[in-house]
Amino acid sequence: MTLIGEFLIYCGHALRAMFRRPWQLREFVQQAWFISSVSIAPAALVSIPFGAVIALQLGSLVRQLGAQSFTGAASVLAVVREAGPIVTALIIAGAGGSAICADLGARKIREELDAMRVLGIDPVSRLVVPRVAASMLVAVLLNGIVSVVGVSGGYLFNVVMQGGTPGAYLASFQALGQLPDLISGEIKALVFGLVAALVATYLGLNAKGGPKGVGDAVNQSVVVTFMLLFALNFVMTAIYFQVVPQKGS
Amino acid sequence: MGYADYPNMGVEVRVEGLTKSFGHVNVWSDVSLTLPAGEISVLLGPSGTGKSVFLKTLVGLLRPDRGSVWIAQSDLTKLKERDLYEIRKLFGVLFQDGALFGSMNIYDNVAFPLREHTRKSETQIKGIVSEKLDMVGLIGAESKLPGEISGGMRKRAGLARALVLEPQIVLFDEPDSGLDPVRTAYLNQLIVDLNQQLDATFLIVTHDINTARTVPDNIGLIYHGHLAMFGPREMLLSSKEPVVRQFLNAQRIGPIGMTEEKDADSLAAEAATGVRLPPLPAIPLQLRPSDFRARRAERVPGQWCRENGVTPPEGSFQ
Repeated sequence: MTLIGEFLIYCGHALRAMFRRPWQLREFVQQAWFISSVSIAPAALVSIPFGAVIALQLGSLVRQLGAQSFTGAASVLAVVREAGPIVTALIIAGAGGSAICADLGARKIREELDAMRVLGIDPVSRLVVPRVAASMLVAVLLNGIVSVVGVSGGYLFNVVMQGGTPGAYLASFQALGQLPDLISGEIKALVFGLVAALVATYLGLNAKGGPKGVGDAVNQSVVVTFMLLFALNFVMTAIYFQVVPQKGS
Repeated sequence: MGYADYPNMGVEVRVEGLTKSFGHVNVWSDVSLTLPAGEISVLLGPSGTGKSVFLKTLVGLLRPDRGSVWIAQSDLTKLKERDLYEIRKLFGVLFQDGALFGSMNIYDNVAFPLREHTRKSETQIKGIVSEKLDMVGLIGAESKLPGEISGGMRKRAGLARALVLEPQIVLFDEPDSGLDPVRTAYLNQLIVDLNQQLDATFLIVTHDINTARTVPDNIGLIYHGHLAMFGPREMLLSSKEPVVRQFLNAQRIGPIGMTEEKDADSLAAEAATGVRLPPLPAIPLQLRPSDFRARRAERVPGQWCRENGVTPPEGSFQ
């Protein structure tokens, strides 16, 4: 209980520091580059099979119903609405968050953070804020990549392997999906990036007990962010369905 | 608040009734002492008595349960986080392993505080960094990463970084741990020379009695959760107080046991065997700056003993 309270206080501190100068632009760019470099490849590689699996699941069923022209619609809906945010959450927590947590944890046990505080520099504004901002930016971009790569994967699978027609696949994009789907996906990704980075930095800054402590912190950070992000995904999807009217209903 | 505007002569640190515990474990309680401005003090204590915790409490990295740390007119324990970052600019701290930033080379490490806190140009920064690196004898190692140099070099680089903002108070966390005797001797000489040049207030936390006997102006001893004694070097080195005497002379006979303090029974048993404490060894001369010009805080050898009517052990100050 006290842990949750401390974490919330920490979040408040970090968020306030975000809007206070001096802003560490250099560190932000470096971190954004670093997080992208560890997350883009896995995100793309995970999303191709995701799109393909959806096409596979739907393909035969849809053919039996004679609604082949809707494969594209289903694929877009599934990838943009669900797969995008979920894959983003997995990658941001598993690749980005764990790297951030390990980095800060190692600095903590080497007393680098204490040294920084003694030199009159708040590690939260110097190290945490740029990482949180970078993680949010990269999450939004990742969601875009996952959507594009996932839909392309579905397209390839449908057209090349299942003998669907390219025109039908593309033409039905707008049948079920709509622009707010993409926007909600991006908002989800933004929140995921924020939460994953806050959890990872918090656990990293509080690592203790030598190298093993860092390992434990990274492990905890991945597990906790997974649970948090999946729960958040559910809540935000529920809100989205309440707020935005759906096509075809 | 302008703490940085203090004249360059060190700042007095007054600790009053400081108490710290982690959960139910009491680290030390009711520690009161004054680090005189511009003097070198050593805080000694057996391993695990919370010397490092004391040091971290002094700079506000840890909050004590009770008590105050007065620096100028501010009680550091009551300051808000933001004011704390401001007052810490008075401090330079040398951490045990140097605590260098692993991702930066030595030059960037030393330049880091200047880049963060001042608007100096890169040329000015280069001048200051070279001067400090020269002070600690690290010219030529600027482009090395902390992982590529020895522990002693890391310590000296950490020291250069701690000194770069011209601190008024310099704290050393076990400067001699993990160094061989020769390097320790060099580092001790460096500390004395730095004190002569900077006139800053120095506090060294260590359990190396050789350092404690020869380097400081004042010695303090933390033992069994409290400050056993704090005062001028000669006072502690001539003291017959059992704990002080045992620790400063590295003897087995006395109240300090292998794990913690000995209980009454084993002390009585020890007394019954009739072993007598060996006589106090002679008080060595204090280490002098390498150019033999006096430090401002330096006192004449034997001055304290004469003023307080204490006869120093045979052969002292020779």
